[in-house]
Amino acid sequence: MSRADLMGLLLAFIARLITGAQGHWKGCPPKAEQRIYFANHQSHLDWVLIWAALPRELRARTRPIAARDYWTSTPFKTWLTTAVFNAVYVARQRSDEQDPLEPLVRALEGGDTLVIFPEGTRSNRGEPQAFKSGLFHLAEMFPGVQLIPAWIDNVQRVMPKGEVVPVPILCTVTFGTPLNLQPGEDKREFLDRARAAVLAARPGRA
Amino acid sequence: MNPLRTLSVNGQVALLFVVLFGVLVLVSLGVLVLSLRASGQTLSEAQRDRQQRLLRDLRAMWLGSTVFWLAWVSGPLGATLAFSLFSFFALREFITLVKTRRGDHRSLLLAFFGALPLQYLLVGTRAFDLFTVFVPVYVFLAIPVASALAGDPERFLERNAKIQWGIMVCVYGLSHAPALLLLQLPAYADRGAFLLFFLVMATAAAQIAQELASRWLRRRPLARQIDRSFSWRAWLIGLWSAAAVGAALFWITPVDPGRAAVMAAVAGGCGTLGELVMRALKKDAGVRFWGNRSSVTGAVGLLDRVAPLCFAAPVFFHFVRWYLV
Repeated sequence: MSRADLMGLLLAFIARLITGAQGHWKGCPPKAEQRIYFANHQSHLDWVLIWAALPRELRARTRPIAARDYWTSTPFKTWLTTAVFNAVYVARQRSDEQDPLEPLVRALEGGDTLVIFPEGTRSNRGEPQAFKSGLFHLAEMFPGVQLIPAWIDNVQRVMPKGEVVPVPILCTVTFGTPLNLQPGEDKREFLDRARAAVLAARPGRA
Repeated sequence: MNPLRTLSVNGQVALLFVVLFGVLVLVSLGVLVLSLRASGQTLSEAQRDRQQRLLRDLRAMWLGSTVFWLAWVSGPLGATLAFSLFSFFALREFITLVKTRRGDHRSLLLAFFGALPLQYLLVGTRAFDLFTVFVPVYVFLAIPVASALAGDPERFLERNAKIQWGIMVCVYGLSHAPALLLLQLPAYADRGAFLLFFLVMATAAAQIAQELASRWLRRRPLARQIDRSFSWRAWLIGLWSAAAVGAALFWITPVDPGRAAVMAAVAGGCGTLGELVMRALKKDAGVRFWGNRSSVTGAVGLLDRVAPLCFAAPVFFHFVRWYLV
């Protein structure tokens, strides 16, 4: 077992210790098939939570998206995102010659599963913001890949914006029913439907 | 002469665990046989519900006994570590269900990573004088100071009360269990495991007896809004059952049957009252039981199991020290 594998296990263990990181598969079973998970984005921990909530054998082929400028700025960050998480790097600044979705497309062509946060940025208003169009384009290009909505609950309480140490509070990741792009469906319509699917995965408040 | 008395202390404790695990194995085998026999029939919803609850309780008992045993064989360090983990999980569950605000972040960090480890450090080093006053005196001041420094005045008292209370129940209360394990009484050295076992048996007996009694008696509940079955008579039956169990177990305590019964009654009565309090708290937080699947948390329901112990242990600990020393 390499050092990166150990680091991955350690991070998953910490995530479980602090948050429980329970995965609730409400709309679909965990399965080793190509998927795009899309979820609400409230905290830096979101990716680790989803990743820890997945069964271990699915983690290796499930990749996050990372901003290249930030996540390759130090050797440690580079190692973490490359060796441990096998992240797909994207450029934050849009340049004319390159399609920002291109790295994602290449990863999907390679058969990998992606986790994306279609809001683009972290929101802390409870309800997710409107989704960016990347999800729509990917759905259009890869009709065979399952789109799974996920709701990450409670994580904003674990580490509010501006804090660095997480407080132990239980979080859940609820995976909803797979979504499909309807033939001829409009971009905005689809994105709204995707956002509603993420909201629908939210566990009922007792 | 009693053959048990001729055994060494360690031998006696080992015997206790043999008996404990023996009973558990027997009960598990019984359940297994019953479920095999019932596997042909189709079960009604209620039956299946009951079966599942039984299995869950059984699993919890195995877990509890194993932790108890591990705590014993690994000495002060292991006991402290095992129970501090329990405390951590219980407090995590508690804090998840009482709503906190962003301004509470630092106080919560202090509770989890300051108060909890320090309290268990005091247990592990047997610093019992400081241990009994550390939370009510020092943590009581530290938490609201951290909150005040966070600068959020909204519902200040309520938020602090919640955190204080969580620490009191999940950390202070529960830490008295390993404290019993490590307590060195004159002429009763190294037999803390018996005391802890005695406490657990007494609270369990009171709980079970009260549950059965309230089902059988069907009295008018005292506090309908909080618990539909709690009545003084059922509580007293629980108390007497605990006393009976305590008297029967007197030989593992340093005292005679009468005094053992009093000790057990104190523990049992406090445990069941603590359960009532926990129920009120759950009603306030809006959950039926902590492990509620449909609630936000996916919590495992640890608090439900340890709540009676959390309330009974400090009283029992204090009572034992005051009564026996």
